[in-house]
Amino acid sequence: MSESMHVNPEVVTTHAVHHDEHHVHHHHETFVTKYIFSQDHKTIGKQFLITGIVWAIIGGLFSVLFRLQLGYPDQSFPILETFFGHWAKGGQIQPEFYYALVTMHGTVLVFFVLTAGLSGTFANILIPLQIGARDMASPFLNMLSYWFFFLASIVMISSLFIQTGPAAGGWTMYPPLSALRQASDGGKLGTDLWLISMALFIVSSLLGGLNYISTILNMRTKGMSMTRMPLTIWAMFFTAVLGVLSFPVLLSGAILLLFDRNLGTSFYLSDIVVNGEILPNEGGSAILYQHLFWFLGHPEVYIILLPAMGMVSEILSVNSRKPIFGYMAMLGSLFAICILAFLVWAHHMFVTGLNPFLGSVFVLLTLLIAVPSAIKVFNWLTTLWRGNIRFTPATLFAIGFVSLFISGGLTGIFLGNSTIDIHLHDTMFVVAHFHIVMGVASFFGMFAGVYHWFPKMFGRYLNNTLAYMHFWVTMIGAYLIFWPMHYEGLAGMPRRYLDKRGWVSFNQFGDLDKMITVVSIIVFAVQLMFVFNFFYSIFKGRKVTSTNPWGANTLEWTTPIRPGHGNWEGEIPEVHRWPYDYGKDGREYIPQTEPIGENESKH
Amino acid sequence: MQTLFIVAILVLGFLITFQIAKASEYVAVLRGIEKARKQSNKINGFMLLAFLIAGLFGVWYCNHKLSGKILGEPASDHGVLIDRMLYITLAITFIVFIITQVALFWFSYKYQESDTRKAYYYPHNNKLEVIWTVIPAIALTVLVGFGIFYWFKITGNAPKDSMVVEVVGKQFGWEFRYPGKDGVLGKKFYRYIDAANNNPVGQIWDDEANHDDVFVEQEMHLVVNKPVHLVIGAKDVIHDVGLAHFRMKMDAVPGTPTSMWFTPKFTTKQMREKTGNPDFVYEISCDQMCGKGHWSMRGVIVVETQEEFDAWLAGKKPQYLVANPDKDPSVKKDTTAATAVTAMNIEPKSNN
Repeated sequence: MSESMHVNPEVVTTHAVHHDEHHVHHHHETFVTKYIFSQDHKTIGKQFLITGIVWAIIGGLFSVLFRLQLGYPDQSFPILETFFGHWAKGGQIQPEFYYALVTMHGTVLVFFVLTAGLSGTFANILIPLQIGARDMASPFLNMLSYWFFFLASIVMISSLFIQTGPAAGGWTMYPPLSALRQASDGGKLGTDLWLISMALFIVSSLLGGLNYISTILNMRTKGMSMTRMPLTIWAMFFTAVLGVLSFPVLLSGAILLLFDRNLGTSFYLSDIVVNGEILPNEGGSAILYQHLFWFLGHPEVYIILLPAMGMVSEILSVNSRKPIFGYMAMLGSLFAICILAFLVWAHHMFVTGLNPFLGSVFVLLTLLIAVPSAIKVFNWLTTLWRGNIRFTPATLFAIGFVSLFISGGLTGIFLGNSTIDIHLHDTMFVVAHFHIVMGVASFFGMFAGVYHWFPKMFGRYLNNTLAYMHFWVTMIGAYLIFWPMHYEGLAGMPRRYLDKRGWVSFNQFGDLDKMITVVSIIVFAVQLMFVFNFFYSIFKGRKVTSTNPWGANTLEWTTPIRPGHGNWEGEIPEVHRWPYDYGKDGREYIPQTEPIGENESKH
Repeated sequence: MQTLFIVAILVLGFLITFQIAKASEYVAVLRGIEKARKQSNKINGFMLLAFLIAGLFGVWYCNHKLSGKILGEPASDHGVLIDRMLYITLAITFIVFIITQVALFWFSYKYQESDTRKAYYYPHNNKLEVIWTVIPAIALTVLVGFGIFYWFKITGNAPKDSMVVEVVGKQFGWEFRYPGKDGVLGKKFYRYIDAANNNPVGQIWDDEANHDDVFVEQEMHLVVNKPVHLVIGAKDVIHDVGLAHFRMKMDAVPGTPTSMWFTPKFTTKQMREKTGNPDFVYEISCDQMCGKGHWSMRGVIVVETQEEFDAWLAGKKPQYLVANPDKDPSVKKDTTAATAVTAMNIEPKSNN
């Protein structure tokens, strides 16, 4: 096997004897078992990543399309009619199409890219490698997790091609709009497919999550106590716990919605007259769905954000050549965020007629989240302080993440306060807030992860020049797009308005919307450049020549450059210390596998 | 042709970028990876500092360009509280924003890799952790305190003397009902809704409170400086009564009535003078995604003096009389036919 050629000389000498044996015992791999129905966590991680990239291109393209409408509502683009037919009659995006686009953009990016593509990828690749395990607790369930995601993807894609179009009720899919076929075109078959796809997705997420939890709890190598785990693993652990406890609630909400749509039940429906037709349903509550949805929906934003936080912690520490500041505080704040994530869902519902007293409780709990978030930010800042920082592309994206997390987190303090939320709820301010703090920030975490662990995944480097261009254009673009958007929201401009020219109150931002559209097209083009860099570098990138290119302490860098299934060729290494001994006792880094020296200072 | 041209330019630009990127990698390999890395480290460190300065300037510039286009003076008593809360929050968060962003980019620039520096081994400091746990907690307590105080003022019960108006959202427009002289909205039931027979709200005509209720569409009239209590509902899907100038908002949910109250501070005419915009009107925007017409679901509010309002309302005929012309003293009775129609209206409409 060609892998053995790249093996670090040290490893070869240590394990020369085991080496041959290992390959003898190695199970036979065909193309199908190695690349398609693979049970190797690394391959599954790559499958999640590549599927996520495909979805990100689709979801990003949708946003470019509706940005065209928002920036240039008075112009027609004949090319759109060529591609989308009656959806873009006369080259203009029709309202039904517009709402289908925003709905799909949200669904795809929140669930398929930033949940599956982000935590699916890095939980799979990093958990066994960083805790010292040969694979997941159940490689087979892990494989099923990907294939359920794939099935969910197929169902969702198929909904794009049906006559009445995909679901168009917003990514939150609130009934009665999503429950009534008469209320919108997207509410016909498209919504059924959306619900089925989400159900499959939830199965995928649960299979994955249970696997991550059991692997972390049971399969750590010798010496790897819980508090010696890298923060990436802690973040993945809490992410998985959040997912396992909250996704089933969304599933129940989706199933009740399917019942209301197809079996004539009235869970969410009451007193409805649609298009002059009086419906028989009475006694349901439309708000019940919102409780069920946001009981997942809010933890979901942390499911998206925590893996990014974990990777950023790791990358900032490695590249500032300094330990992460306040490991235990970082861990405690992750835990606090994880608990609070379950107790704040109703802050999405301040203006639904929620009991004001209940509202005030949720204000308190919501603003509490700012405390652990602040701890994390200050700890990242202190990690950089007096470091010796290498600006690898991953480091830059990690720094960008912190900047975006601050900006977007602070606007959360506005929205979490019910008094201000009365004015800002469902305005462009909300759009700006969550795109910065969970959309772009999590993407930055994901990019940081890809740039940092690409050498481990593929044994090659990404092109640095393209990477730096990618970072700077995305960073500047993200702020140009979303910063001024807050002002639209402060003016009270509602979300999901595709043309504001008929309004006296909201028609003053025409030039701004044009600027935002132009910048978002540029940013999208640069993401395509990143995708190109990604695929090109898999095959043609500069080769990695040492097992530990970043000089990092964690276990994944003790494996061969291109690890086979099973990760380590001989024994799994034993761990003797925490993963953040950078710059200790005058040494640049001390890998976790090195025993504590006799005269070593304590931290 | 034009499209083809644009695509060609894009592809060409892409290829050039890629070739440059590839060439620079070869050069880096030739000159030594370490050396190239250190050079790009310096460039990126400088860029981070430049980004901080340009970014802070951008924040100022953006505010300079756009601050005149937002908010304006709140037009309701609650709006004043909401804006005050907004500015308190803005003051605190802006300070934190500046401190943390400057620290982030300044540290990145200052502590960029250098051969002469060794990273400082500094794994934890409990005192610091306590400081930056306690300070945010105190700041947030202040914000929560103010927030809840205002929130209860705004969501508390409407004053006894407030006027009541019912607002109903539907795909895609707004309907309003005034209680008339008795000040009581008559009972309604959704199965009685029958737009063809002039009963768009589903009023139960047996309820005498309904006999003086006035129904209007798209335009709501309110009295300046008089509290108004909106009783909000929806017919088909969830809508939201968004009143940007009053800073108020409340969902309209089918099957679950909601409510809000506020006191308009300025008449529409006064706002025209204040904003310098002769076309100014108070608008009702639908703020909850409700289908393909969501973006155009616009209603208008006219705020006027009590006299103007009384004159306007006096010109409206109660819906009971519109639906039951035979009961209308101003209409001459055309006996048999009219009674037949009325009888049909009163029957509950059975759908299935």
